[in-house]
Amino acid sequence: MSPYSLSLKSMKHRMGSVMITVVSLALGVALLLGVERIRNEARYGFTNTISETDLIVGARSGSVSLLLTSIFHIGNVTDNVSWETYQKIERNPQVAWTIPLSLGDSHKGYTVLGTTNAYFEHYKYAQKRALVMAEGKEFADTYDAVLGAEVAEELGYTIGQQIVLAHGSGELSFVEHSENPFTVVGILKRTGTPIDQTVHVPLEGIEAIHLDFNNAEGHLHHAGCNHSSHQKEVSSLDAFDALLAGDEEVDLTPTEITAFLVGMKSRPDAVMLQRAINTHDAEALTAVLPGVALTELWQVVGVVEKILFVVSVLVLFVSLASMFGALMMSIKERRREIAILRSVGARPRHIVSLVLGEAMLVTLAAIALGASLFYLALFALRPLIQQRVGMWIEITPPTSTEWAMLGIIFCAGVLIALLPAWRCYRSSLSDGLTIKL
Amino acid sequence: MTGEIAVELNKVRFAWEQDIVLEIDRFEVRRGEKLFVGGPSGSGKSSLLSLLSGVTVPAEGSVNLLGQNLSSMSNVQRDVFRADHIGYIFQMYNLLPYLSVLENVTLPLRFSKKRNARVTDAKAEGLRLLRHLGLEELTERRVIDLSVGQQQRVAAARALIGGPEIVLADEPTSALDETNSRAFVDLLFQECENTGATLIFVSHDSSLAERFDRSYLLGGEEA
Repeated sequence: MSPYSLSLKSMKHRMGSVMITVVSLALGVALLLGVERIRNEARYGFTNTISETDLIVGARSGSVSLLLTSIFHIGNVTDNVSWETYQKIERNPQVAWTIPLSLGDSHKGYTVLGTTNAYFEHYKYAQKRALVMAEGKEFADTYDAVLGAEVAEELGYTIGQQIVLAHGSGELSFVEHSENPFTVVGILKRTGTPIDQTVHVPLEGIEAIHLDFNNAEGHLHHAGCNHSSHQKEVSSLDAFDALLAGDEEVDLTPTEITAFLVGMKSRPDAVMLQRAINTHDAEALTAVLPGVALTELWQVVGVVEKILFVVSVLVLFVSLASMFGALMMSIKERRREIAILRSVGARPRHIVSLVLGEAMLVTLAAIALGASLFYLALFALRPLIQQRVGMWIEITPPTSTEWAMLGIIFCAGVLIALLPAWRCYRSSLSDGLTIKL
Repeated sequence: MTGEIAVELNKVRFAWEQDIVLEIDRFEVRRGEKLFVGGPSGSGKSSLLSLLSGVTVPAEGSVNLLGQNLSSMSNVQRDVFRADHIGYIFQMYNLLPYLSVLENVTLPLRFSKKRNARVTDAKAEGLRLLRHLGLEELTERRVIDLSVGQQQRVAAARALIGGPEIVLADEPTSALDETNSRAFVDLLFQECENTGATLIFVSHDSSLAERFDRSYLLGGEEA
């Protein structure tokens, strides 16, 4: 005597209304899972954008804005760090390595980052993972370029492709450095960080195109770009002369960079160096600990994710309420069924387990369907999410938090059925075998 | 077995919201007896059935079934007792629409170990009863495709499966025409005789009464 097989058959008989309940609950489950996954992936992607770097140093600004410009390539650079100061810090005996970063140009909407091969050697993301070349190699020449995975994929570039950098950021740049094309020499493996959307070129390359640009086209200023080269016009008459003379030995050492990353020989020294840089008198600089700045930034961005979470909890609440309504409605329809079952010897607890069993089955089915919908949507939308948000969501089994959520949904479903079950129990006692309709 | 008392009510008073709806000084049914219970509506027929099926207990007096006092049992014990010893037939709509005809017939075996133990193969026994009642072609049919007369016969098969000692029928022929109603009573008698079950048949249709061993009129005297 299994009340569950009875429950199943009874539900099958009321297929239409049961299906509506299951589907509406499943949509709530899928939405909650989706929001939770995106929330976590966003946070994970966020905090894993940079790892093993002890300090980010840039011109004086807020720690969040320095993080945004240097690591996430969001927003315009307002001020720079002088090459001398950079070199001074690089020579500090406690410093293990540095990575210079120079921003301001773009290629078809993708950020162009001027740096050195130290970048490929020392930049780490997602718990000490190093950058890996999918194809090709690092910079060997001034006009070499290494592409992020997405840049190569989206634009269909391969090794040997000639690319032209545009001045300023954005997809619609009118001024191109067309006389100095770069050659793609390497393509990085996907990282799930902004690196995937970045074109990397040597610092000297950046310097070279701006030198040419200034000399060829004169005094032009462009929004979104404040490469030091533009401010060099008066002071670099020597370089100008050298160019006119056709001298190939132009000094391509930059005078300024946007920011740089520092790795310490001993991590605890980072705080001391940070204090020293922040109180450095000669140049107004800001040094931030990436972890602290990431947390600070996440607190700002996190509000949105919290709102999303609340909304999806509300959606789930509404679907649970609709299940409650459906169960209450079905009790009225089922009074005859209950009287018949009582007449053949079913006890009130059988009747209760029939209602609770139905709630359990409906909730379980909704959880299973919701989870399938979620994975299906994830699978289908993942390329789109990656394209729009730059976030590659791995398809992994539910996390412990997600399992806990599903468990809570299941308990809520059963809990909600307690009242209808109790009503059934009561009416099975008061109605007895007489069928009151 | 005849001669033994199957059902016995003593000085029973049953009240519903303070109005006394049933007052029986003495009521006895012997084992294997076929008793007709008649009376106008409001004479307490459904109250008597609730008492006999153990759904309710009287305010005063005792209800003894098969030598056991129902009043001294707990709710659960009465439910188990009903499952084990009583077959019940409603006026109409006896069947669960989501079960097949055969599943409806074998339903009591799910809830009673005793009745299940008396049957070696639930399916075979269900089929045997259905064959007896002339329903062998309908066993896998959907319940809603059956006529009212057929449904009542299925209900009779269900009440009889596993050999309960007492069969209670609550106006089982009121939805049937005269021919069907007579045929149904015939079948019910035959099956009750086969298993030796005691039949208590409640109906307002006194034209059926003469065919029973005895009849009892509520709100009147024993005839």
